[in-house]
Amino acid sequence: MVDRGACELEFRDTNRARDLRGALRSLVEQIGRDSISVMHVCGSHEQAIARFGLREGFPEPLNVIMGPGCPVCVTDAPEVDEGVALVQQGVDVATYGDMLRVPGTSVSLADSRALTGGPGQPGRVHVVYSIDQAAELARKTRNELVFFATGFETTAVTTAAAIVSGLPPNMSVLSAHKYIPPAMDIVARTPGTRIEGFLAAGHAATITGWGLFRDFARRHRVPVVIAGFEPLDILAALVKLLGLIRDRDPVVANLYPRCVTKRGNRPAQLLLWRVFKPQEGRWRGIAPIPNGNLRLRDEWAYVDARRRFRIPETQVEPDRPSACICGQIMTGLASPTDCPLYATDCAPATPIGACMVSTEGACRIWHEYGSRPAALGGAP
Amino acid sequence: MSSTGPVISERVSMQDGAGGRAMRSLVEEIFLPGFESDQEGVIGLSAMDDGAAIRLGDRWLVLTTDSHVVHPIFFPGGDIGRLAIAGTVNDLAVMGATRVLGLTCAAIIEEGLPKTILRRIQRSIREACAEAGTSIVTGDTKVMGRGELDGIILNTSGIGMCERVVSDAGLHPGDRIIVTGSLGDHGMAVMAVRHELELDGDLESDVMPINDLIDAALRVGGSGIVAMKDPTRGGVASALHEMATKSHVGIVIAEVCLPVRAAVRSASELLGIDPLRIANEGKALLGVRPDRAADVLDALRHHPKGRDAAIIGECFAERAGSVVLDTGFGRRLLTEADGEPLPRIC
Repeated sequence: MVDRGACELEFRDTNRARDLRGALRSLVEQIGRDSISVMHVCGSHEQAIARFGLREGFPEPLNVIMGPGCPVCVTDAPEVDEGVALVQQGVDVATYGDMLRVPGTSVSLADSRALTGGPGQPGRVHVVYSIDQAAELARKTRNELVFFATGFETTAVTTAAAIVSGLPPNMSVLSAHKYIPPAMDIVARTPGTRIEGFLAAGHAATITGWGLFRDFARRHRVPVVIAGFEPLDILAALVKLLGLIRDRDPVVANLYPRCVTKRGNRPAQLLLWRVFKPQEGRWRGIAPIPNGNLRLRDEWAYVDARRRFRIPETQVEPDRPSACICGQIMTGLASPTDCPLYATDCAPATPIGACMVSTEGACRIWHEYGSRPAALGGAP
Repeated sequence: MSSTGPVISERVSMQDGAGGRAMRSLVEEIFLPGFESDQEGVIGLSAMDDGAAIRLGDRWLVLTTDSHVVHPIFFPGGDIGRLAIAGTVNDLAVMGATRVLGLTCAAIIEEGLPKTILRRIQRSIREACAEAGTSIVTGDTKVMGRGELDGIILNTSGIGMCERVVSDAGLHPGDRIIVTGSLGDHGMAVMAVRHELELDGDLESDVMPINDLIDAALRVGGSGIVAMKDPTRGGVASALHEMATKSHVGIVIAEVCLPVRAAVRSASELLGIDPLRIANEGKALLGVRPDRAADVLDALRHHPKGRDAAIIGECFAERAGSVVLDTGFGRRLLTEADGEPLPRIC
């Protein structure tokens, strides 16, 4: 009845983990430099690395950095403002729990109901864990309900599927979906980048296929390894990646073959591009990313909240002065602990940057699990 | 890592009632001033323990109070009535007062609540009292207007007697941490219905009075049981933090030893919610001297409510006040939750 056997699961075998850590150490010695930086682009990877305490076992020179892999973190303040404006207009907004406390220009969705100034009663803010759950909420009310859709292409496919199969008439979608491949390009091109290889997110690659990353690897001359999310998946992928770095072999390796194929999930891709079109848009703290935002195509205008409602545009100065270094963290130029606000003014209870809000954000994850292993200090 | 703790805002937030650091700050800042009683023979508010204790001759009178709001009122495995009894009985039990002399019950009811619901709640209060070997001896009833509260609020207080008070601050390096059963059952069951998550598996709250179970442990462990706490809101993480901070020890927990039901484990993996950071309503954490740990564990496991009890960790002199989780892959901090955890995106 009680499951004591998590460690007996195929991908949680601590003995195999020890072997893989040994392999990492000898690869690092063979490479022979005192710093080797690689980047993953997925909050779930950072979660797994921190949650399982994997960093403690990484050899000293290996620096595994989280890139722009948190969809909630890169959702820009004006996008949050759109949701807040809808609530003020009396529209119900449903979104993922992570999105609630992400700061907009002035307030977050969580605080939007307290904001005065809207005519009449403000709408309600619902936390859902899927668009289908939002559709069920819409069916139970006569009020207009908007699904504030965030997430990368993986989550966008579920939004697309729901739209194609038909939403309740009082429901529409505010898409803040993001497309990760163009953001990886920006990071790889960032001047001063020290990234020598990438781990690509296994779940996104399940949809896009690993073939998609071949161009990227060739263009930037960096190896890419597709990685799953269990501790052994990550360790094995790092071993592969360091091998490719040692051999100066900028190719794509798929270490998640139990889910990922070269071409990916074709029906899902068709669905994604039937509903969404890529468009340039600002990612919070990073830059305008060409083709980085996923917006609804014209044929789905009738479920597009931006066209169903009149949403006032908010203007933000692109570089508001703040000590928050979210952007540098997400492009791999800095670590959360480099930020002067980290764990002082900016903490999960009082977040300043989006990276401290979302459970997929690097700052939040480090705060929760204890940043670098050195922070464990004298503990036995 | 440096942390200055949460910034105190001038308005009360939901986090201030979530059982973690924010709530302790609120109590210490607003409610405690003027009541820092150091009176001889009284363990009072400043101890910030599960209840208070007043010395009467060679024994201690232990008292505690707890208000209960839960949405929904009825959830898999229990309801607000059972919760109100278990909460207060268990708070007394983990102070060492396993014999509960009597309980009070105050109900604040929303206008319009069907009386059938009250009858169901009363029945489960009665059943839980019988299970705990106690009774409601006095009470109070108020009705408030429709919309002024969510259905019903129950407040229960309880008194018990014991010869030795067990605080939550008595841990020493070397002591073992024992948990009396599976973790995260209540939090996950309530979260699943509250967020209308359709999850496979049998998620059921563990809400139950465990004064009989604690009594069985104390009979065997005696003064070898040096600290106890029930890991309710905020879960095991918050409870261990409080114990570590007050006792000035570091605690290392071994993840492979944690008893977690398969249904809770899969729900937690799916939702990204740590079973160590959500509520339990029928469990206790015991700090036990190393030479008594095996016997106490044995006594717990022989009790029908303690079959899944386990030794989950050990106390150290290093890193006083912090809790470290050894995952088998490496170690990391087990921090306290700030507010109620929310299901994640993907």
